[in-house]
Amino acid sequence: MSDRGKAAKAAKAEPALAGKAKRNSVPLKLRVPEPPSRPGQAADFSHIKLPAAGTTRRPDVSSKPEDMSELAYGLVRVLDDKGEAVGPWAPKIDPEILRRGLRIMMMTRAYDDRMYKAQRQGKTSFYMKSTGEEAVPTAAGLALDDTDMLFPAYRQQALLFVRNWPMLDMMNQIYSNAHDRLKGRQLPVMYSSKEAGFFTISGNLATQFSQAVGWAMASAIMGDTRLCATWIGDGSTAEGDFHHACTFAAVYKAPVILNIVNNQWAISSFQGIAGGTEAPFAARGVGYGLPALRVDGNDFLAVYAATQWAIERARANMGATLIEHFTYRMEGHSTSDDPTRYRAADERQKWPGGDPIERLKQHLIRLGEWDDKRHVAQFEELEKLVKDTQRQAEAIGTLQAGQKPSPKTMFEDIYCGEPDWRLRKQRQQFGI
Amino acid sequence: MSSMNMIQAINSAHVTLMEKDPKVVVFGEDVGYFGGVFRATEGLQQKFGVTRCFDAPIAEAGIVASAIGMGVYGLRPLIEVQFADYIYPAMDQLTSEAARIRYRSGGEFTAPITVRTPYGGGIFGGQTHSQSPEALFAHVVGLKVVIPSTPYDAKGLLIAAVEDDDPVIFLEPKRLYTGPFEGHSTDGVKTWAGHPAGEVPDGHYVVPLGKANVVREGSAMTVLCYGTMVHVCLAAARETGIDCEVVDLRSITPLDAETIIASVNKTGRCLIVHEATLTAGFGAELAAIVQQECFYNLEAPIDRVTGWDTPYPHVFEWEYFPGPARVGAAMKKMMEA
Ligand SMILES: Cc1ncc(C[n+]2csc(CCOP(=O)(O)OP(=O)(O)O)c2C)c(N)n1
Ligand SMILES: [Mg+2]
Repeated sequence: MSDRGKAAKAAKAEPALAGKAKRNSVPLKLRVPEPPSRPGQAADFSHIKLPAAGTTRRPDVSSKPEDMSELAYGLVRVLDDKGEAVGPWAPKIDPEILRRGLRIMMMTRAYDDRMYKAQRQGKTSFYMKSTGEEAVPTAAGLALDDTDMLFPAYRQQALLFVRNWPMLDMMNQIYSNAHDRLKGRQLPVMYSSKEAGFFTISGNLATQFSQAVGWAMASAIMGDTRLCATWIGDGSTAEGDFHHACTFAAVYKAPVILNIVNNQWAISSFQGIAGGTEAPFAARGVGYGLPALRVDGNDFLAVYAATQWAIERARANMGATLIEHFTYRMEGHSTSDDPTRYRAADERQKWPGGDPIERLKQHLIRLGEWDDKRHVAQFEELEKLVKDTQRQAEAIGTLQAGQKPSPKTMFEDIYCGEPDWRLRKQRQQFGI
Repeated sequence: MSSMNMIQAINSAHVTLMEKDPKVVVFGEDVGYFGGVFRATEGLQQKFGVTRCFDAPIAEAGIVASAIGMGVYGLRPLIEVQFADYIYPAMDQLTSEAARIRYRSGGEFTAPITVRTPYGGGIFGGQTHSQSPEALFAHVVGLKVVIPSTPYDAKGLLIAAVEDDDPVIFLEPKRLYTGPFEGHSTDGVKTWAGHPAGEVPDGHYVVPLGKANVVREGSAMTVLCYGTMVHVCLAAARETGIDCEVVDLRSITPLDAETIIASVNKTGRCLIVHEATLTAGFGAELAAIVQQECFYNLEAPIDRVTGWDTPYPHVFEWEYFPGPARVGAAMKKMMEA
């Protein structure tokens, strides 16, 4: 027997570590994070520290990530309690853009409410609202150029409104009707619009995040001028794709903006399950050598300013920025969810971060650029717009009634070109 | 005995296993406090504590990998992947790791994990909540693949899977969770109440892996199926009046070839039905075995009824689903051959 063989045999007979086992005599314990409150308890947000607006420094866009790492642990806030824009991050925005942002957020909310109800009425199978998070896609979308590319998750429907994409087209997708450009193939809300620079949404979480980095790398390879922006939920940052995105973005200084939408919940699991309780999501950027910003996601101006910072940096070939948008999922995860089963009933009332629509409205009024009367009128106008559009969509069809896409489209777009023998045979069996 | 639907039977299997063996730990996305999006793990955290049943980060590769590590330690992790459509991030850990740890370590290390995951269509889940990926796992040597079709089998097979020393992929036909489903899209919701297999023992019992169940004896043809399709095939047999022998495979690895071969040798005809896509589906493997073993007794070509070779389309759920009309037509055609 070789020496190695003998040693191995000895090790089997007597575990090599047996003599050292006494060193750790305290039983080890597993920590499983728990949210601060559950159903039946009063909501508790005491762990959330919202720094006063205007108190966070704005580093130069050419800063080294290591010289601005404290921003990953802080919170950029611009709007104060009175609706004043304060501090170094306060962006200079044309009131016209602010009004547009307000309108898009209100439109998104009205649209969400009606589509949610349509699902409840059995007109479609599924819906997901973005209530309370509308500022995140709206402000970022308005800060970007319309030619920049978007790789969204499923809660950034407002981006399509930013790009003036027709609401009717979106509703046709929700209803999987004959005019759905996706031919009824996708679950409702999984939009796609190449024309709007809006990448086809995947049901598989996080996949878009690393793909977006590839798109941005391509843009850089080709000497293009277009940036790419992508969004991911807090829960989804646990997937490998989030980490691949950060690695590739850091290695190649890809011109991409990596947005984490931290709405504090991933279906029933609170943010502590996605990333522990010791560090915010933005702090992950620090380890990758990415500049990381943590911003108040319900503060339209803060989201706009942070996005602008990242855009400037990317356009100057200084690479990617990771932005955590701290917000709150006001509603259930989807029409299949009942949040009263896992979170305190009064969370939404107690959430200290406010409502992005109310906060921007207050700011516009303070600027003298808006008033309550116009607000009410706009609300009513949008309700009517959504209702009228819904009527048009339903005249075409819903999941249950009316015109559907042609069944033969089921066999199309699987491969490029003519389908092979087996698909032709199956089509025949199907009867087309 | 209690009357249970499939979710309750699976929940009961968890309770039975966790009470019997402190090494059984349960985790996955939303399975802890909430009890899972399909409620399969409801009450377990409250009953057994947060270190026996807990929420996992949304990272299927991480869930499977950590389960493997726990298995190597000596635990028996019973984990949930929320939908079979979301198991792919864990493919490397399942195919390169879990499946081969015993082999590559000369039997020194094992990963006795059980991965439960809801599969199949019929709930308008679109292409990412409807898939049937069993063939991918059946192709991986070292993995066992189990698919129940009733509450009784679900509990007994799940207990067998967890007590088995190999990694098991346990695919749950989500359309059958709350009731048997014969495949008519217009059928109202049926419950398991009153179904003989909805009567489930409260305590420990095992339905062994690798033992098929002849759910309907017959002489005209053998129908091989599993999961949701068992009920579809029974309905098709009833509707066509053809005297089919319907064999519910229950596990495709290990496979009960003896029962299959004996049945086909008796009937001389073989129809294979699965919801998964046709090409390189498990039906191809079954057809190969049957033609090899039963060739001289066959009176008609073996046929397959399956999902089309397309992704599962949202709006065309029922055009895609191989329901009793398609299965029945294939049965009739086979009898004419
Ligand atoms: C790979 C994968 N795993 C699991 C799921 C099931 N799932 C859908 S949404 C979701 C929660 C996501 O939470 P988060 O990323 O925080 O986004 P939010 O819904 O809060 O916007 C889960 C687990 C999925 N779609 N894809
Ligand atoms: Mg979330």
